[in-house]
Amino acid sequence: MAPALFKLSLKELQDLFTQGDIGAFDIARSYLLRIGQVESKVNAYISLANKETVLAEANAIDTDLRQWRKTFPLMAMPLAVKDNICTQDLRTTCGSTMLEHFVPPYDATIVSRFKEQRYLLMGKTNLDEFGMGSSTEHSVFAPTRNPWNLDCIPGGSSGGSAAAVAADECVAALGTDTGGSIRQPAACCGVIGLKPTYGRVSRYGLVAFASSLDQIGPITKTVTDAAMLLNVLSPHDPRDSTSTKQAPPDYTKAVKKKDVKKLKFGVPKEFFSDGLDPEVERHVRAAIQELKNLGGDIREVSLPSTDWAIAAYYIIATAEASSNLARYDGVKFGHRAKARKDLLDMYQETRAEGFGSEVKRRIMLGTYALSSGYYDAYYGKAQSVRTLIARDFQSVFEEVDCLVTPVMPTAAFPLGEKLQDPLQMYLSDMYTISASLAGIPAMSLPCGFTQTGLPIGLQLMGRPFEESTILRAAYAYEQSTQWRKKRPPIR
Amino acid sequence: MNIDKEEVEHIAMLARLTIPEGEKEQFSEHLSQILTFVDQLREVDTEGVPQTSTIVTETNVLREDIPRDSFTVEQATANAPQSLDGFFLVPKIIADRD
Repeated sequence: MAPALFKLSLKELQDLFTQGDIGAFDIARSYLLRIGQVESKVNAYISLANKETVLAEANAIDTDLRQWRKTFPLMAMPLAVKDNICTQDLRTTCGSTMLEHFVPPYDATIVSRFKEQRYLLMGKTNLDEFGMGSSTEHSVFAPTRNPWNLDCIPGGSSGGSAAAVAADECVAALGTDTGGSIRQPAACCGVIGLKPTYGRVSRYGLVAFASSLDQIGPITKTVTDAAMLLNVLSPHDPRDSTSTKQAPPDYTKAVKKKDVKKLKFGVPKEFFSDGLDPEVERHVRAAIQELKNLGGDIREVSLPSTDWAIAAYYIIATAEASSNLARYDGVKFGHRAKARKDLLDMYQETRAEGFGSEVKRRIMLGTYALSSGYYDAYYGKAQSVRTLIARDFQSVFEEVDCLVTPVMPTAAFPLGEKLQDPLQMYLSDMYTISASLAGIPAMSLPCGFTQTGLPIGLQLMGRPFEESTILRAAYAYEQSTQWRKKRPPIR
Repeated sequence: MNIDKEEVEHIAMLARLTIPEGEKEQFSEHLSQILTFVDQLREVDTEGVPQTSTIVTETNVLREDIPRDSFTVEQATANAPQSLDGFFLVPKIIADRD
């Protein structure tokens, strides 16, 4: 058995496996060992897969299925899935008391695809309750810690997935992004996070937070790995009416060239405003210079409606959440408060007990924004502002192919710092939210470290369904820098 | 926008939530703060700007009406907090006659 398989990227691991140098059992054992070493410090997972089940599946692959290993790129690959994506017979909690004991009777479409390829599911990762948060502190299963510094947040809401990848507790993971929940934790943990175009990836089996914004996407160690996973995630799914019928390209073809010649990059000035930490700005500017060195054409552009994005988002996302989360009524599944006198009382107590304070706050905000007398002033207004934000992107994408910005105004902040101040927490999403509202693809990749050793993320945004363009630029940048070689200190 | 304690209770009722007495003050403070922030949207000129509820351009997505297997009653009720003979059990909805 090769030493420390858990350090490899998905591509490297898959190459060794398909060449026959290692078996599924070696992979499973290496990752189970690694999880045993670091999970108690990181808390990336809510539920770990049963050890014996993982080893038995690995054995089955080695015994009967290895002839298929060139057909199925994810065979024997140890992946983690965010715990708001349904897995049949494995509890799916959304980080909430409400669903603490919920065992889905079906798999999400993307989970079925992984299963068909005979992947190894290592576990379900931690998240802010129902995806609502930017730090993974709003999970009833205790916060996840940042593998680069255990006193810092891993970002959120896909903090468990990002931390699991960074700490080598899986080779790659699935996250979900509603306003930055893939990109922001990827930046905090120094890994790659890709939010595809809205409609690119099936949401069937994803527990809904804000349906017009939610997207599933990969969190990986390298850009190539993200392209490999996106290939499996992208095909049309008839079970999700918003899933596009537009056939996806082979995304791994986008990660071959080591230059960005003929690509035009826009640097939107609104993303370099007052709130941006100077150290983060310095690294992002250096990355932009590097893209220029690689042959990119760089120009300043403007997205004037950016300033309104957070306000519009926190109306739209909460309004959709308040209606999506109305289903948790204590009747068909989920938590129910004990022995209530009547139905109304049962609903209210069930929801009071089942939801944490951030979820309640957002449900109430959304309920208010949709309530009689306030609908036009809040929800209607926010939806018009969303149009202005989308139009800004349409017009700059006539001029440039790709936008380059920071992911987050700061690096990962200490645990607890913003927990009592929801508005400050919301403002940490200021650079990721507008791509969500416009539905465009966006990704985060490492572009340096702070003096205290925390990763800094670079965001690339592209035209709808042009994931290949941002992958190409990300790959060229990744290959020209050494950031990916630096690993977190956790042992 | 200021949301006082009575307003917190009203919104909680609409959302089918109860907020413990000791937490109402904090909900009032946080919601007021967030809504005051959101009020900046009033400054934006949206005259004649259509509303975007989804960025998906496809409409009327239909499929063939082909029968297929669905969950069994056991599967459908497996996660229910209370069920009996394949039915979901809920507290009594209709009041007793006095």
